[in-house]
Amino acid sequence: MSRLLICPPDFFGIEYEINPWMRLSNRVDHEQAVKQWHGLMRVFEHDVGVTLERMTPVAGLPDLVFTANAGIVVDRTAVVSRFRYPERQREEVHFESWFRDHGYEVVTLDKELYFEGAGDLLGFPDCWFGGYRQRSDIRAFPFLSERFRREIIPLELVDARFYHLDTCFCPLSGGDLLYFPPAFDPYGQSAIAQRVPKDRQLPVPEDDALRFACNAVCVGKHVVLPSGCPTTEHLLQARGYRTHSVPLDEFMKSGGSAKCFDAGAGLVCREAM
Amino acid sequence: MSLHQETVLLSGHIIDSLLLAKVLDIILMMGGTFDLKDVHIGKTREEPSRARIAIQAASKALLDDILKAIQPHGAAIEREADCRFESAPADGIFPDDFYATTHLPTQIRIHGRWVDVDRIEMDLGILVDEQASVVRAVPMGTVRRGERIVVGRDGVRIIPLQRPRERDVFGFMESQVSAERPHGHVIADIAARMHQLRQRHRQRQAESNVLLAGGPAIIHAGGREALVWLIEEGFVHVLFCGNALAAHDMEADLYGTSLGYGLTAGRAVPHGHEHHLRTINRIRAIGSIEQAVASGVVKQGIMAACVRQGVPVVMAGTIRDDGPLPGVITDSVRAQDAMRAVIPGVGLALLVASTLHSIATGNLLPATVPTVCVDVNPSVPTKLADRGSFQAVGLVMDAASFLSELARLLGRPV
Repeated sequence: MSRLLICPPDFFGIEYEINPWMRLSNRVDHEQAVKQWHGLMRVFEHDVGVTLERMTPVAGLPDLVFTANAGIVVDRTAVVSRFRYPERQREEVHFESWFRDHGYEVVTLDKELYFEGAGDLLGFPDCWFGGYRQRSDIRAFPFLSERFRREIIPLELVDARFYHLDTCFCPLSGGDLLYFPPAFDPYGQSAIAQRVPKDRQLPVPEDDALRFACNAVCVGKHVVLPSGCPTTEHLLQARGYRTHSVPLDEFMKSGGSAKCFDAGAGLVCREAM
Repeated sequence: MSLHQETVLLSGHIIDSLLLAKVLDIILMMGGTFDLKDVHIGKTREEPSRARIAIQAASKALLDDILKAIQPHGAAIEREADCRFESAPADGIFPDDFYATTHLPTQIRIHGRWVDVDRIEMDLGILVDEQASVVRAVPMGTVRRGERIVVGRDGVRIIPLQRPRERDVFGFMESQVSAERPHGHVIADIAARMHQLRQRHRQRQAESNVLLAGGPAIIHAGGREALVWLIEEGFVHVLFCGNALAAHDMEADLYGTSLGYGLTAGRAVPHGHEHHLRTINRIRAIGSIEQAVASGVVKQGIMAACVRQGVPVVMAGTIRDDGPLPGVITDSVRAQDAMRAVIPGVGLALLVASTLHSIATGNLLPATVPTVCVDVNPSVPTKLADRGSFQAVGLVMDAASFLSELARLLGRPV
């Protein structure tokens, strides 16, 4: 049974600019955002059948809603994120106490070792991939690799629009990989090709990538992704996945989509890894 | 020495991610070079790998740029310690644990900064003054009580030689000695270097001097005229020799013999064995070789050419010398110092037909100076290489053929 950590968008809004998608001038329709969030939760609970773990929202922390960045969870151990930007560093303490209160063994990284959780660490059961350069510091990966005895292939994120690995790279339960190749340099693309056979690669077109097609959540054969990515949906359906598209454009104003809500913790870390 | 170096560590899953390849590519693309010091490759997929990479760049600014470019990919500058010093316990004695130098470019770390060691030479110690304004390789005998000498190996690093830009025989930097290899291209490369160096020398550029260290076989074998021509045409700028080369050269001028043999007739001349003694005695009576040339007593030859061209000559004596000639330094330590004093301007060293002077000169030369060792006896270049002067190119041939061919290639009319 998959579990997801979620945080209602009571205080969601754009209060700062820390990625190319965020514009303070771009107003969020709060009512619409709340509606879209509940729509997504309905899909998770009813269509996909996951259990939702709720966090209490905190005033002044608009991005707490993006729980994928809480950290990563492996079995009963949680590594809490170290955010690069001070605006999100204030979230760390809340994620940490949630993990502690729920009985996880909490691991923290050195202060300067930025690591943004399941936003930048994804993978298949035998091989993990770590996105670096935009947010996470590459030096976090050898530490995590040693802690969990897993191979972690670092991948440089070369396009600022795809600032977290989970915005351009989505390992699926069947061993397939949904990804946007131009978000990586030729070294990264070759490293991916070494681990994921050509017939398992599902490259998404740029239009879909810019609508965050790769910021999808995969549970078993279900894939939840933002609406407006028809090509990606066809790709997935052709590989036997059942797609659920959800409108999330209010959250995209902040540079987030379906996967960003799933709490790296509960889902992707435990299921895929 | 203008090469700047820093060592970085890269660890994690750096092989399959192509991270190591990427970091090395960045270093090269930015104009730096690297040496992979250690590479440990994980035995399983889970086990991490690590690499130690020494990065070299032509300027501090370029090195900093390279470090800045590779740090986001996880390359961490290796923690390095400053070097340690101890005071010399007495005049002429190094502290017990003194660092013994090689003849490769060397740097020491003082207050976090890497500083070049001046006058690098093999088998010396490193002296650092109070303000660290003087950092110099010094021989054991010259150290004064209380002077600070580097001890241990921390904070000392040796910079490997870079391949020279010239794609000539010196580019291989390895002394393969064989009598059976063709000599022509080696001599042609030496001539090309000497041609360039003469131009640079005329423009008063640094390290543009050609040093020749030679033995008396040059005279006996018939290489004297070629060498005189090379000196007069400005191709040789420093001469190292012993009592014998100078004595037989002037004997040839005064008596037409070399160690009593008529140089043209090729026969022993009656009482010829006395000629070199009479020559030495005559010069001793005059007071100096310079005076003998100036007064017109010695007219032609190597010594005369050196005096007229202002080529400094360092003559080091041995225990079998007759006389010796005025100017021969009979104290070996003083002789070494006199030779050492002219080494810094040298850009090419020719060690010709002398075991003693070749090895002695090889000991004083930094590895960065292209060096040629010419001897009919293969054991001389071999010995030179065995004693550490690995940069020397060995030529097994006689001195006269070598000098004549060299002079011919440089334009001497045949």
